[in-house]
Amino acid sequence: MRKLAGGWKWGAVPALASGSASAEMAWNFQEGATRAAQQVNDLHWLMMIIILIIFVGVFGVMFYSIFAHRKSVGHKAAQFHENTTVELIWTVVPFLILILMAWPATKALLNLRDTSAADITIKTTGYQWKWGYDYLKGEGEGISFLSQLATPYDQIYGNAPKSDNYLLEVDNELVVPVGKKVRILTTASDVIHSWFVPALSVKQDAIPGFVRETAFRADREGVFRGQCAELCGKEHGFMPIVVKVVSQEQYTAWVGEQRKKMAAAADDVNKEWMLDELNTRGEKVYAANCAACHQANGQGVPNAFPSLVGSKVVLGPADDQIALLLHGRKGVFMPGSAMPAQENLSDVDLAAVATYTRNAWGNAAEDKVVQPAEVKADRGKK
Amino acid sequence: MSAVLDQPGHGHHDEHADHPSGLMRWVTTTNHKDIGTMYLWFSFIMFLVGGVMALTIRAELFMPGMQIVRPEFFNAMTTYHGLIMVFGAIMPAFVGFANWQIPMMIGAPDMAFPRMNNWSFWLLPPAATLLILSFFMPGGPAGVGWTMYAPLTVQMGPAMDLTIFAVHILGISSIMGSINIITTLLNMRAPGMTLMKMPMFCWTWLITAYLLIAVMPVLAGAVTMTLTDRHFGTTFFNAGGGGDPVLYQHIFWFFGHPEVYIIAIPAFGVISQVIPAFSRKPLFGYTSMVYATASIAILSFIVWAHHMYTVGMPTAGQLYFMYATMLIAVPTGVKVFNWLATMWKGSITLETPMLFALGFLFLFTMGGFSGLVLALTAVDVQLHDTYYVVAHFHYVMVAGALFAAFAGVYFWLPKWTGKMYDERLGQWHFWLSIIFFNVAFFVQHFLGIAGMPRRIPDYSPQFTEFNMISTIGAFGFGVSQLLLLYIVIKTIRSGKPAPENPWEGADSLEWTHLPTPAPYHSFETPPVVK
Repeated sequence: MRKLAGGWKWGAVPALASGSASAEMAWNFQEGATRAAQQVNDLHWLMMIIILIIFVGVFGVMFYSIFAHRKSVGHKAAQFHENTTVELIWTVVPFLILILMAWPATKALLNLRDTSAADITIKTTGYQWKWGYDYLKGEGEGISFLSQLATPYDQIYGNAPKSDNYLLEVDNELVVPVGKKVRILTTASDVIHSWFVPALSVKQDAIPGFVRETAFRADREGVFRGQCAELCGKEHGFMPIVVKVVSQEQYTAWVGEQRKKMAAAADDVNKEWMLDELNTRGEKVYAANCAACHQANGQGVPNAFPSLVGSKVVLGPADDQIALLLHGRKGVFMPGSAMPAQENLSDVDLAAVATYTRNAWGNAAEDKVVQPAEVKADRGKK
Repeated sequence: MSAVLDQPGHGHHDEHADHPSGLMRWVTTTNHKDIGTMYLWFSFIMFLVGGVMALTIRAELFMPGMQIVRPEFFNAMTTYHGLIMVFGAIMPAFVGFANWQIPMMIGAPDMAFPRMNNWSFWLLPPAATLLILSFFMPGGPAGVGWTMYAPLTVQMGPAMDLTIFAVHILGISSIMGSINIITTLLNMRAPGMTLMKMPMFCWTWLITAYLLIAVMPVLAGAVTMTLTDRHFGTTFFNAGGGGDPVLYQHIFWFFGHPEVYIIAIPAFGVISQVIPAFSRKPLFGYTSMVYATASIAILSFIVWAHHMYTVGMPTAGQLYFMYATMLIAVPTGVKVFNWLATMWKGSITLETPMLFALGFLFLFTMGGFSGLVLALTAVDVQLHDTYYVVAHFHYVMVAGALFAAFAGVYFWLPKWTGKMYDERLGQWHFWLSIIFFNVAFFVQHFLGIAGMPRRIPDYSPQFTEFNMISTIGAFGFGVSQLLLLYIVIKTIRSGKPAPENPWEGADSLEWTHLPTPAPYHSFETPPVVK
């Protein structure tokens, strides 16, 4: 029970909320970084107090009765079995208590659901099993990237010591400025996911084909960690969310950096890539996006996830492989999961991973190299 | 009531003369006691199967990191643990009680439709077989959660279809059982037993049976739509074809919330028999208990979307569902207060059935408290789909329904078998169960509040301590249940003979008018209730 003593204070343990304190035992709400989170925390404490009073009352009566009205202490049973007055009292009094609870509960909800007057609007797309972020409006408009688990498989399967933010770390964090109202639009490309960041008091399902909204205004800087909260298949437990709240100046600098990166990436698509370059990049893309099902050795899982070693698709014409990568395949009689469409990956990443699978694990395809330009061309086709 | 079969001069026919023996006796039986027994054994076997799945989940969650199973198998464990416990263990257990007890409590010889009764039981083993067969299908078992949300279900392999068919069959069985119970209760009561003189257990089953008939077809509809989305090109839950994934959730929870009370209300019934018997005092506020139970049943139809606070419904909708949900606390509170008033100034003894009833009262109320917290939408947005919810519904389902079933087993075992159970072992079973239950589940509240999502196979190290405690509790709880098996077998094989009424305060017909063990055809001549 280490660190328990430090945890018993009014409020919360700053567990997920701080940069790297995830080894600290958490037992209460994370310290809220928004007014809504603070209200929820207060409301919860109010409920705890009311419940404690009822608890003492109800179970006081019960245990007194068990103690005093026992046959073994010679208590004789009374035979009353009705009393309209007390029955009315214990119907009406709880009703009044409920009305008392409903008032602050309503206020907290109305505040939580207020998504008006946003400074920045970000679309969040749930994919199996990562998040995509598109900055739609406000400073940073046009920035777009994917965010996925950064914890290596070796840590998960016990071949390496676990890092401080085990399972709660991503490659690209969502960056927002402090004090600005951020409106989050959620949607999904495959199944229902849920965008959950406890310290911001935000949990909004991401539903394929629909757009839902939620909002938060962080009142302090920090790194806030959460996870997908709706079962979305095999890797549901491995698609965390990390929101980095920074100062306005840092945010502006971050936006500039992102724009440069995106411009560089746009050039990459049209250049001719070498086999080695693609292989090196492809290995990383494969580990992040494919290895969960097809395994690091490419052999898949019998009866569930097909092997890529010697696979006809992998060794066949590039266009077919690109089409499968882009559009996925419906898996009714296949695996525990269909092959999800990977169209959210960039042209370069897709070309790299296709090239990698064509040359790894003893595979030797005739077309060794798939160029990003080919993917770009195929992406346009349906 | 005149429908009771009264056959004067025919009091002593041989109970087994015209029945096959051995296995065929059980396959062809139309006797409510035989069928009740089969329901109870079936549910206990399913309880063990579902329990092994729960322990697999808890073993994997003992430490951070993946150690025992793969993530997709973990998802299957949570799915089939839920389905088997809800549909295979708890529901059949209470139908077993209904079969045994209802004819004896209302002075009838058997259920109204004995042959249908046979069929409602014998549909269960094929359904359970389908669920188990799912594990051997190409692509493996379905990992979708017991709620089976679309469109994840559309991605699954053939195991999903078997699961859907199993749900269909279980639903048909429940509906047939309900028709039987309603007809029996309305038509076969002994002369003089008006509805408002029925034992509380019979009232709770009358209400539950109506709930079942109302909502099982709704569930069947939801899973059938999933089936046609999977195979026949419909798009009920696919926005690409004009459907909506959230539609599934609305339909499912329109079934799912009443389902909670389908499980809880018969448990209330058992408790309402046990507490007066061991307090040696009549049930306090019988009439208000009936009305409160009916109110809970009716309210259960208008609160379903409190399971869906985060799908993004309009704020006005969230407010409505919050207020309606809070309202359920009123009739539930009435029931708890009535039980306390029944004990008040009674002459209480603490045999095993009473201990489990008190355990029920204590822990079910705790589940009610966490339910009240979850009812508040703003708080629920934090707690939804976290371990807090897991803790909440296990307090209601395990400490609620399961403890009530244990209370019922110990209470009626003497009447069923003609033998007394071992009181000392029964007390051990209670104390081990209640302690390990709390070790396993109380800490899950903290995990949920701190933000650990449910249905994840691996977690961040900050959750380690509570998960370890929970796993230890779960294994203790699981092992303790083998004691129940031992106690029941010991009772049947070598229990001391039980008197006609071993409980001083029990006053329903099975105790006052029937010998022990109860005869094969309970009442051949109906008793007259004054």
